[in-house]
Amino acid sequence: MTFQLPNFIPAIPEMFLFVMTMLVLLVELFHSPRFKNLGYYLAQLTLLGALILTIKFYAFQSVVTFHGSYILDHAACLLKIFIFASSFFVLIYTKDYIKENHLPQTEYYVLTLLIVLGMSVLVSAYSMITVYLGLELLSLPLYAMIAFKRDSGLCAEAAMKYFIMGAVASGILLYGISMLYGATQSLVISAVAEKIASASLANNLLITFGLVFVFAGVMFKLGAVPFHMWVPDVYQGSPNAVTLFIASATKLAAFGLTVRLLIDTFHVLHPIWQHVAMVIAILSMGIGNFVAIIQTNFKRMLAYSSIAHMGYLLLGLIAGTEAGYGAAMFYMVIYVIMSLGAFGLLVILSRSGYEVENISDLKGLHTRNPWLAFLMLLVMFSMAGIPPSAGFFAKISVLEALVSAHLVWLAALALIFAIIGVYYYIRVVKTMYFDTAEDESKIVIYGVGKQVAISVNCLSVLALGILPTGLFNLCILAFK
Amino acid sequence: MTNILHNLSLAIVLLPLIGGLIAGLFGKRIGIRGAHWVTIIPVGLSFFLSVLLAKFVIIDGQSYNGVIYTWAVSGSFHFDVGFLIDNLTALMMLIVTFVSFMVHIYSVGYMQGDKGYQRFFSYISVFTFAMLMLVTANNFLQLFFGWEGVGLVSYLLIGFWYNREAANFGSLKAFLVNRVGDFGFILAISGILNYFGTVDYAQVFAQVPALAKAHTMISIFPGAQWSVITVICILLFIGAMGKSAQMPLHVWLPESMEGPTPISALIHAATMVTAGVFMVARMSPIFAFSQTALSMVLVIGAAGALFTGLVAIVQTDIKRVVAYSTLSQLGYMIAALGASAYSAGIFHLMTHACFKALLFLSAGSVIIAMHHDQDMRNMGNLKKYMPITYVCFLIGALALAAIPPFSGFYSKDAIIEAIHAATVPGAKFAYVCVLLGSFVTALYIFRAFFYTFHTKERMDEKLRSELKESSWVVCLPLILLAIPSVIIGALLVKPMLFSQHTILSKAVFMLPGQDVLKKIAIDFHGAFAMTLHSIKTLPFWFAVSGIFVAWLSYIALPQLPSILTKRFAWIYQILQDKYGFDDFNQLVFVRGCQRLAKACYLVGDKKILDHGLVNGSGRLVVWASAIGRKLQTGYLYHYAFAMIIGLLAILIWLVF
Repeated sequence: MTFQLPNFIPAIPEMFLFVMTMLVLLVELFHSPRFKNLGYYLAQLTLLGALILTIKFYAFQSVVTFHGSYILDHAACLLKIFIFASSFFVLIYTKDYIKENHLPQTEYYVLTLLIVLGMSVLVSAYSMITVYLGLELLSLPLYAMIAFKRDSGLCAEAAMKYFIMGAVASGILLYGISMLYGATQSLVISAVAEKIASASLANNLLITFGLVFVFAGVMFKLGAVPFHMWVPDVYQGSPNAVTLFIASATKLAAFGLTVRLLIDTFHVLHPIWQHVAMVIAILSMGIGNFVAIIQTNFKRMLAYSSIAHMGYLLLGLIAGTEAGYGAAMFYMVIYVIMSLGAFGLLVILSRSGYEVENISDLKGLHTRNPWLAFLMLLVMFSMAGIPPSAGFFAKISVLEALVSAHLVWLAALALIFAIIGVYYYIRVVKTMYFDTAEDESKIVIYGVGKQVAISVNCLSVLALGILPTGLFNLCILAFK
Repeated sequence: MTNILHNLSLAIVLLPLIGGLIAGLFGKRIGIRGAHWVTIIPVGLSFFLSVLLAKFVIIDGQSYNGVIYTWAVSGSFHFDVGFLIDNLTALMMLIVTFVSFMVHIYSVGYMQGDKGYQRFFSYISVFTFAMLMLVTANNFLQLFFGWEGVGLVSYLLIGFWYNREAANFGSLKAFLVNRVGDFGFILAISGILNYFGTVDYAQVFAQVPALAKAHTMISIFPGAQWSVITVICILLFIGAMGKSAQMPLHVWLPESMEGPTPISALIHAATMVTAGVFMVARMSPIFAFSQTALSMVLVIGAAGALFTGLVAIVQTDIKRVVAYSTLSQLGYMIAALGASAYSAGIFHLMTHACFKALLFLSAGSVIIAMHHDQDMRNMGNLKKYMPITYVCFLIGALALAAIPPFSGFYSKDAIIEAIHAATVPGAKFAYVCVLLGSFVTALYIFRAFFYTFHTKERMDEKLRSELKESSWVVCLPLILLAIPSVIIGALLVKPMLFSQHTILSKAVFMLPGQDVLKKIAIDFHGAFAMTLHSIKTLPFWFAVSGIFVAWLSYIALPQLPSILTKRFAWIYQILQDKYGFDDFNQLVFVRGCQRLAKACYLVGDKKILDHGLVNGSGRLVVWASAIGRKLQTGYLYHYAFAMIIGLLAILIWLVF
């Protein structure tokens, strides 16, 4: 038996990330207190480096390495680019927040980098073991991060809930994987998919069981009904800085998981899981939109809105065509940009010791800081799906995929839910523009970088709505 | 080469937008001088680039048709931003950027000291952009974008002085009336998308002959069959009627004079209102196949040319006279299109753009001197105080009255001759209209001319002492516009209309037998001969007699008009009421709409919608969300339970 050195190139960004994470950990131990923000700059440098490496080694052809357990393809590259970029923005927004709230800085950056590494491994995973590895590398630091404010009961509760629910979901997923292994004697996704495709196995009970368990695990990560219960509590309980991260970058990883397990593995069984996904999508859009309406807590409202958005995303998967998968990916990317904007604004508006989290905290924002109010307006309109924002195009593209898959009734239903959803987004705008605040003082934001970043972030929602073609074509290409 | 054309046209179109955006967004920061420089320079550049482009396209015979950006793809439908650069486009770009450039310079003087100075420059630059998008479009969607863009800026500019009630009324009226036209236009585009499956010009035009041959019919009302081509053409023309102010959708144009005068010159005389003329010429490959539509275009245009001209005779506001004259001249252009004399229509568009902008800007110069009093009854003998304006207005008036060798003569004479030679149904009626129109045109414009610049001084003493010629920024554009108003006709009449391959011969399309200009070209022996020959033609003597009558009634026998007014009181009254269009609209549409709206509000909105649907569904939603909220108990074991139940449910569903 000869030993061959595997092709390392597809994993270069991850290796770089890993090395740099260790470096940040070490540097923080020994550096002198004079370089206050060294950890921050190193972390940002790491993310930028990983981003550049990903673009540099962009895989126009799929490359599989490490004995079939690791893949670099269009979808992986695209998701990684957005994971690194959104994490980069997250760190810009949270830098001051972490400092003002006296949260442990080094740990925050190290944990962030570890999570990013986990996400990056996850979207490139091509065997069940790698998938699980990435998933746990993503989840464990995240639990720790949520419990960051050790003295806050709400944080501890959120972390505990997420941890236990996550453990259950992981168990379910692992159980499903083990059944798949039993049925197919393989862990590599391409091999599993091949075995499933062969006719004799298609009706195999074991595979159906495996499918259901894996499907449930994926839905948990996406946060779709009825596996959504953790979402509102975690969103609300976590410090704003962490919620921002959960609501943006990790969603991309969850989509990566969906791509690997549902699309790459189970595309053949699409007619079977399509119907389950329909029910889940309708429930998610319904419960997400309806319950969001009566929320007074902004973070909780956005949590329910995220549940609803996952419902729309599922519509693309339900269509089951290349265009449908591409539209789902486009939807996810746009959702992450919007979510990044909304929570980013919350983090920026939160001043030391004061978390902006109720909708009423936004009263009169228009007079207190017109520019931030305008940016929030853009994000809200986009989330509601009002043209010409990117959210509109994202909705249109999944609905179009549905219609071309002859599921007009579902598209119509989704539209009705979307109209109901408009209510609570517009209410935020109304609160900002038409309600007067008790405290009329101006809100001044310090730090140019932060302001530029949030402006770019929110304006891109508008820009991508007017010129969506490039990104959309990339997303479609990922599934060709 | 295509690359050069592509980049050139992109620059021409985008430069004014950039200027406009800077002036609009950073107006306060860059100040007054900044605002006009930042818009004048890009528009000026645009103009010079247009000249270059015109050289490449018209003289070197290049052309370009390509997509710049694909905005959206929906199924098999492509929605692109693209340019079609041919002779017609190049010509229009030249006209638009030239007049816009002149008006930009002029506005520096006219808008001096106005509060909205930066806003004004931002608007007119954005207008230039929208107009250029309109003329460069290679598909209907972009055409519609430009169409609505110019409409929007026109609305904003008519209501520029938004604290004047008349301005608000005028802008709303323009907006609403244009909506009627746009409704037709958008239906036409829908029809085209429906029957041709594309909005791209070239693809649509290629399919027209087949569709015409197949005699495809459409049934709008049960039992009545219409040819699809005719329906599309008529709908397109309804769009053109709105924008180019043809009867009965012309009512907004006189009201639009509430905007600043440079706007009247740029938008409501030279460029935007001619968009309809341009559009019909651009769509000639479709119109050629519908005799019915051409006939309608001809009759509506010719009737408008005569009847709106008559109204101009009784106006006392100097700008309104010019406004009605614009309506009448637009009628000439439209009538030319109806007779399939597209080149003549576009030629008149071109000469008209110059001399009408000249007339408007001269009127503006008078208005500046009169301290924004526009009533001619308060003017008189201004030639003594404003010699430059006087000469410029005279040139404009002579060109408008089609006196050789001024530019208007060549284009209008060609139109009248073309209509004379046309065989479309209604051509006889149209010929009578345009012929009488040439008498009326000369009469009203020279009436205004004599009334303003001659006769005795009727202004008060204080104003008289302050009367003076306008500053050079005002006079320079006047002179620059006066030059083409004199010479452009004689220079271009041959290449535009009567040479073997006219400038527009490739851009417009006519079926064999429709080309009336070819028919009358036999009698053409050069511009000079045409000028000499004019003495023997009817239109010339009609125009001269118009001037004579104007002279008679305002210089020689000043008491004549009042006698005539009393003698023919009923005609005078009809003209004063502008044939009752405004009253009719006010009574039927405005009042009617108000009543209908009130009824809808009370019954439909308050009772059914508000109480039943909105509050009802609101109650339903609140109820549903309360239940949904109860499910979220906060207990971990409930959460886990929900997950397990969900898992179990899916399992049972899929396995059994």
